[in-house]
Formats: sequence, C-alpha cells, structure tokens
Amino acid sequence: MNQTSTAPATAADLVEIHDGARWHGVCAYDDLVAGRGVAVLLGTEQIALFKDRGGALWAVGNKDPFSGAHVLSRGLIGSRDGAPTLISPMYKQVFDLRDGRCVDEDTAPDGSPAALRVWPTRRAPQAGRATDAPFEDTTGDTP
Amino acid sequence: MTRTARAPAAPPHEPRPQTTDRDTKEPTMTPHPASPASPPDDRRHVVLVGHGMVGQRFLEALVGLPDAGGLRITVLAEEPRPAYDRVHLTSWFSGTSADELSLCPPGFAEEHDITLHLGDPVAALDRAARTVTTERGRTLPYDTLVLATGSFPFVPPVPGKDAAGCHVYRTIEDLEAILSDTAHASVGAVVGGGLLGLEAAGALRALGLETHVVEFAPRLMAIQVDDGGGALLRRKIEDLGVRVHTGSGTRAVETREDGRVRAMTLSDGSELAVDLVIFSAGVRPRDQLARECGLPVGERGGIVVDELCRTGDPRVFAIGECALAPDCRVYGLVAPGYAMAETAARAIAGGDPTAFTGADTSTKLKLFGVDVASFGDAHGTTEGALDVLYSDSRAGVYRKLVIGRDGRLLGGVLVGDTESYGLLRPLAQAGEPLRTAPEKLVLPAGLGAPTGPVELPDDAVVCSCHNVTKGRIRAAVTEDGCGSVAEVKKCSRAGTGCGSCVKTLGTIVNDELAASGVAVAPGLCEHFTHTRAELYDIVRVKGIATFSRLIEEHGTGEGCDLCKPTVASILAQLGGGHILDGEQAALQDTNDHFLANLQRNGSYSVVPRVPGGEITPEGLIVIGEIARDHGLYTKITGGQRIDMFGASVDQLPAIWARLVEAGFESGHAYGKSLRTVKSCVGEAWCRYGVQDSVGLAVELELRYRGLRSPHKLKSAVSGCARECAEAQGKDFGVIATSSGWNLYIGGNGGMTPRHADLLAQDLDRDALIRTIDRFLMYYIRTADRLERTASWLERIEGGLDHVRAVVMDDSLGICADLDRMMARHVEGYEDEWAATLADPDRVRRFTSFVNAPGTPDPAVTFVPERGQIRPAREDEPDRSPGPVLVGRARLEVRTA
Repeated sequence: MNQTSTAPATAADLVEIHDGARWHGVCAYDDLVAGRGVAVLLGTEQIALFKDRGGALWAVGNKDPFSGAHVLSRGLIGSRDGAPTLISPMYKQVFDLRDGRCVDEDTAPDGSPAALRVWPTRRAPQAGRATDAPFEDTTGDTP
Repeated sequence: MTRTARAPAAPPHEPRPQTTDRDTKEPTMTPHPASPASPPDDRRHVVLVGHGMVGQRFLEALVGLPDAGGLRITVLAEEPRPAYDRVHLTSWFSGTSADELSLCPPGFAEEHDITLHLGDPVAALDRAARTVTTERGRTLPYDTLVLATGSFPFVPPVPGKDAAGCHVYRTIEDLEAILSDTAHASVGAVVGGGLLGLEAAGALRALGLETHVVEFAPRLMAIQVDDGGGALLRRKIEDLGVRVHTGSGTRAVETREDGRVRAMTLSDGSELAVDLVIFSAGVRPRDQLARECGLPVGERGGIVVDELCRTGDPRVFAIGECALAPDCRVYGLVAPGYAMAETAARAIAGGDPTAFTGADTSTKLKLFGVDVASFGDAHGTTEGALDVLYSDSRAGVYRKLVIGRDGRLLGGVLVGDTESYGLLRPLAQAGEPLRTAPEKLVLPAGLGAPTGPVELPDDAVVCSCHNVTKGRIRAAVTEDGCGSVAEVKKCSRAGTGCGSCVKTLGTIVNDELAASGVAVAPGLCEHFTHTRAELYDIVRVKGIATFSRLIEEHGTGEGCDLCKPTVASILAQLGGGHILDGEQAALQDTNDHFLANLQRNGSYSVVPRVPGGEITPEGLIVIGEIARDHGLYTKITGGQRIDMFGASVDQLPAIWARLVEAGFESGHAYGKSLRTVKSCVGEAWCRYGVQDSVGLAVELELRYRGLRSPHKLKSAVSGCARECAEAQGKDFGVIATSSGWNLYIGGNGGMTPRHADLLAQDLDRDALIRTIDRFLMYYIRTADRLERTASWLERIEGGLDHVRAVVMDDSLGICADLDRMMARHVEGYEDEWAATLADPDRVRRFTSFVNAPGTPDPAVTFVPERGQIRPAREDEPDRSPGPVLVGRARLEVRTA
C-alpha cells in the first residue's frame, strides 16, 4: 500500500516533510519507532509524524482540535475498518491518517471542522538531499 | 389424558372437574356447600399454613396476580420468625444473621395486607366446617386453604436418640442449640452423608470439632453422585480432616450418667466416642393435618395433589415438601417447591394456569469447597445407558456423562469441575441426540470442552429455577426488545434464581443480539474478538512476546487505543522487561510512554513513590527544591504523596535524575498498576492503634509496586477499627485487629463508590500477604480491560465466595501458579525511571521536537495563581506575547 515501506532502507535515509514550498529533512528514518510518533517544528507549525508497523510514514497537524493542546504526536496509531488511524491521547478521538478527518466527530468544540492538516512526507532516497523539487506524494492513498 | 394446564383458569371456589387420571382413588371433588360462617369481610379468605421458603414464594406469587385484590390472606406459622432462606442455613454459623437470611422483606405483610401469625401452628383442620384451629386455640374460617407445612427431619428410632447432645439440622433454633452445645463438645458426628449431612459436618468442622460422618449407604451423597464421584468427594472431605464412615448404620446412642451423649454404637458393633450428634438422615413430609382430616396421602407420606397442587379437597392445596406430586414423588428441593407455589397461586388468583407434573432434581452445589453437580439420569438407570468418563484424581476432577443407546445425553455426575453444568443440564433435558461428541463434552474446562450453548434446542430449559427455555430467552431479545443480559433477566426472570445458568444465559443473549444485527462486542475491540482475560491466557499459554505476533495470529488490522495498551499491560505483566523496549514502546498510552501523566495543556505531572505515605524531611525538601527549580506546581494527592505539575517532555529526564539520586522511584501514577497503599499512623504513635499500619503499608507498596493490572489498583492499611485510612474504599484494604489483619477486597471510590467485602479475618502477616498475592494475580488473570476489582467482583460467577474458594481453598488448583507469578513479579521489579535514565536510547525519546531538541512546546504557557503556576487558558490576556517565564522564576507568593 505504501511505497516507502518497500524501498530498501539504509541507516542514512532521511524523513522529509513538504511545507508547500520545499522538502525539509526532519530526522533519520531509523530514528522513528514503528507505531509511534514524534513532533516536528517547521517554522511555527507543529507536525505529528508517524511511522507505522509496515514502515509507512504519515504526517498531520500536531494540534488536537478537541483540547487545543499540541499532543497528537504522542497518540497511538492503529486502524479502523482497515483505514490507518491516529488516536488523540487527550480525549481519544480517532483521526483518519490519510485525510486528517476525525472519524468520531465532525466539528471541534469551537465549531471548526475537526480535521487535521495532512503534510506530505517521504523517506528521502539519500541523506541530506533536501530538494526544491515539487514533492511527489508517498503517503498512502492521499492524492 | 386431559391436561388441566390447558384448561382455562376456573375460580377455585367453583366446582372443578377432576381431570387427572393419575389417581386410582375415588376423587372427592364434589361441590361444597356455601361457607357456613362467612367473615364480615366479603373477600375470599386464603389461609396459608406454614411460612417457609415455599410459603413465602406462594405469597409473592399470589399478590401479583389479577384476583389478588379480592383476597384476604392469613398466614399461620409455627416458627417464631417469618420465612428465611433454609438453603443457606449453614451460613448462620459464619455470621449471617437471621435477619439477613430472612426472605420476607420488612413491611411485606403490611404492604399486601397479609395477616401473619407467627409461633402459632395449626393443630386441626375441619374440612366440613372449613375452619382451621391453631395450637393456641385460634379458629379461622377459610375459603381456600394452602398447606405448606414442609417436612421434618427423620431421626432413626435408635435407643438414646433423644439424649442431651442430639440434634437435628433444620431451623435457626436447631442451629442455636447446636452452637450452644458445642461448648460442651469436642467430637461431633453427623448421621447421614447426604447433601444436608455434609453441610452440617462442614459446620461442625468449622466450629472446631473433630468431625465424623456416619453414612448407611456405601458412598457419600448417594442420591446425587455415583461411586466414582463419591470416592473423590470422600477423599477431598477426608483431606480436610473429616472422618467418613460409609456402609455404617447407627445402632444406638450411648449416654453418660448425666444423660449426655458419650458415644455411638455403629452397626458393626464398634463404638465411636462422640459428645454431639446431628441426625441428618433425610426428611419426611409433614402431612399429619391432612391425614387426620381424611385427605389422601401417599403410602410413604406426602399429601396427594394434582397438577394444580389441589389435594383431594378442591378448596385445599398443598405445596412444597409436604406434597406428593402427580409423578408420585415428594420433592425435597426448593426449586420444585417454588414451581408448585407458582402453580397453586395461579390456580387460586387467576393467573395463566400452569401444571406441575414433576421437576428436574438436578443439583449443583459446593461442599467443603468442592463443586458437585448431578443432573438427569445420573445413575444410568435408563435401559441400555452407557457411560463416558473422565477422571483425574491428581487434579481432583471426576466427570461422568450418561449417554442413551440412541446417542442422547441422559444425565451425569460432575465433581471438582462443574464449569459446564449450565450447558450439560439443559442438553440432557432437551433429549435430542448430541451434536457434539460426548468424549468432548466430558472434558473439563480448559481441556477442549465446548462452552457455547449454541447447540441447545429452543425447548431446552436453561434456567430451571424459573423454568425458562432457550426459546423464551431468544424471544426476550427478538420480540421483547431486550438489549442486554440484565434486561433479559428482568423480562424473563432467567438467571435470577440460583444463578448457575447466568454464564449460559449470557452466551445465548449475546449470540441472539449478534444474530439480530445488534453490535455486541464481547471482545476487546474491532481488532480482537477476545476479552482481555482470553488474550491474557493466549499470551501466557503460547508465550507470545510481541503485539505483532499476537495480532497476526489472533487478531486483525493494526490495533487501536483499546487493544494496544491492554496488550502492553499483559506483556509487561507476563513477560517483564522495560515497557519502553522494542515493540512494547509503540503500545503504551502516552502516560506510560513518557512515564508521567498528561495534563490538559500537553504538559505532564510527576509523582514519585512515597510508600505508605511515609516521607522524611529530607525527602520533602528534595521534592520541594526540584519543584521550585523547575517551576512546577505542587499538590498533595489523595493517595498521600506529592504531585508536581507542568513539566514538559524535555524536562522529565532532568527532574527524574534528581529524584532518583535522592532515592525516589517511579510512583506509577501513569500506569494501570498499583498506585499507593495509604495508611494511618498506626500503633507507633496513635493512642488507639493496635498494629503497625505504616510498616505494613510500606511493605505492601514495595511488594506490589509496578504490578501491571487491568486497571489501577489502590490500597490502604488502617491500624485499628476506626479505619482512618479508609481501607474499605480500596481495591484491597487491610484493617488491624488485636489478633491480626482483616482483608477487604473490591472497594472503590470515584464515580460508583463501593464498600469492600471482607475476604478473610484475623490473618497473620504471612497469610495476609499470601492471600493478597493470589487475589491480585487472580484478578489480573480474569478481569476485563479497565475493570476495577469492584465491578470484577460483582461480575464473576460466584462472587466473593468464589474468590475466597480460589485464593484460600485453592478450589481451582491454581494457587501454586499464582504464587509463582507473584514471586516473579517481586523478584523482577526494577524502577522504571532509573532504568530509563540508564539507557541513552530511552532518554532520547523525551524530546519535544525531533528536529529541534531542547525547544519547548511554544504553545504550552502558564500564568500565576495563588503563588504557583497553572496552564493559561486560550482567552488568557497575557498569553499572546509568548510563554510566561516560569522556570526558576520567582513567583509572587501570598503572604496573607
């Protein structure tokens, strides 16, 4: 399902996130623990980055719309009806990692849509090759 | 044969055709003349003679029926107290009071306008005049009379049977007499090794007497069990120090000069020195009143009744142990008595008619901690019956199934493991050929025995107390719209009697709900159809060490916030190892993952362990300094320790480095594990304390610290009965007595408070710790996810008694295993925080941002309040410029 999981892994591989302008290397691929997340700071944006059990990468906004706290990187990931999910550690709402949508509730307490920004992410073929090239998506089913 | 059950209900004061052909005697069903002495009250007068269990059930049934409003009800009872639970009579010895045994709720008689005369038995019955006269000379007219006089204990006519020291075992008064007599006695004998005799023997043993059982038959419980089962039962009972003499009659009771019992002479001429004798050699129906007024009685006693429980006189009914049922049997069990009570009540007060034609005498009980069950044709008396047998004398299990030539299950005997009784009894009763091979059915639980009742036919009676079939239970779901076991119980009454069918009931209801498309999730979540207890067993038995293997072999998908932490807890409990190692790290809830407690703004709180709430001044100072230096908010917790709030992920290792250096360790406030063992100051200081409660609390907290469990565990130790530590509100609580410790389990505070139940009394230290060890391990093994001990205790079959039997009498034979597992936990304990700090790989995870280590979360801000910090709210005015500096900051401190 995910291209990154099938590519040969090397210790030097970087994880990159695209902020709309360019790819940013944020950490070594092997530093990520499968099934867990880390928080990434890009400018003033906080991003929750995950590697799943199959090795695929997912990146969504770190702010939990239900509590307002930047904690989603500390949530558990899993699946619901086959879809990859992230569970908020605060009040346990479930988000679809593919499109950031909350599958439990449509709106946050403040009335805004309960959806997370999805950030394109990839495992860069080689270390240190942050590029200016337009990103090519590698996150599962996201168009 | 016309079954009266199908006839419409006719008011009993009208003549009724005799519709049963069972009786060869001339029926005496002629119409009666009108009542000669109508009471001023023009309501129909129903007089109940006898207020035992069956009598009370009759009243309860009667007052709920359509015609009850037109009845005047009077009860004439022999005993000095209203109906009580004779089935659990023996529990009176262990402290259950007569009031607690009562079956007649306070105000019941008043509420239903029932006149109750206690201590005044009926002496004579005049059917022509339609009156009864009591011993005290009260004469009452009746329109309808119900005899529920029960039975009396049979005492063999041997010389000396009435000597001082000889007793029977039937009423609370009998027990009072036995108890006061034990002061003069050191050796007791029970004549009769049946069900009640063994209960009596158990009581004598518990009262500290050397105990003998003298049974005429060649085996114990001759009616219920066969030779093999009887032999196993005998061995188990003898292991408990009771001497059993089977094939042995009583020839005489020998007395001393003062007339007291000194010995029994047995049928082989030998003499048994005893000073107390209980006769429990069966019961006989009390049919004297009926005999004297010419009502038909059976050759061997019992008032003859028809299918509506009417005697030869249609105005006189007989129910319970005094009645001879249409199948020519006198039933000595309470369930058939209840059925007769129901039948008679409906015949009298216009309910849907039911016929009592006989009853199932299947039995399941526990004697001396041994489970015994017998059902159907237990002795294989059916022509051509064959046995399938499983016997393991090491484990103390004996199971026999009787199979008909045509492959039907006819009956069986189960000793030591009665787990599948709820399935087997209805199967035997249903009388259909088995769809599962009997050699599988005979296996004990855990050895491949099927558990589900799916193969039961619809007409199988699942609840024999209330005669509820599987079909009725299914209809409760499909037609009455019940959506849970509790609703089905309420609607159908199934499972509200002895409770032995509750497990089977649950499976049927859930299967039916599932079949009707209602989502039932007996399993943990969408990824596992197993319960937590089942997953625990899978991991334990198969030695599974990773979530990946477990979900690949036994689950589906990727997991979720329900199954992952649950599996993490099971793996930590069974496998040990650090919770942040390998794949386990990915399973932990955020609290466990950072070994701290997530607070509302994304910061964490830190709680070092303070065993028993005992802390040195130096310890207090260290905590104070750390909190001050890191700008943390401090608060004393309910569990007698100190919580420090407001730490960022990056700060946690530094905070803990200082705590560990000062000798503190993880308090596991973040885990589903032991929190604190709270204590009062105890005898060292307190004027009232009788034991060292702090010392014990410290010992318990250090023993169970870090123990991963289905939910958090709280405990407390009080040094005297004043209970200042509130131990009865804890999962396990200990209260000092002058001679030891009382152990309470299943208490809870929080949303649904529950007082703990007393599990054991006056334990010494070793016995106390052993009992807690086993209780905790048994809970961990069998509880559901996030099921506190309080709800666990209320859910598990058998409740407190069951837990007591498991942990104190080793009724499941698992105590050695539980002990071993606890020993492994105690030996394997290491402080999670010290171990985390010792490994740079683990410490590296405590980073706010993977690409900007050392940068704290800019969104986490605080404002001052009452001299400390608190999280800033979103609308807080001073939030916008950025984080308020709190680290090492001097905050305003209130001086007022």
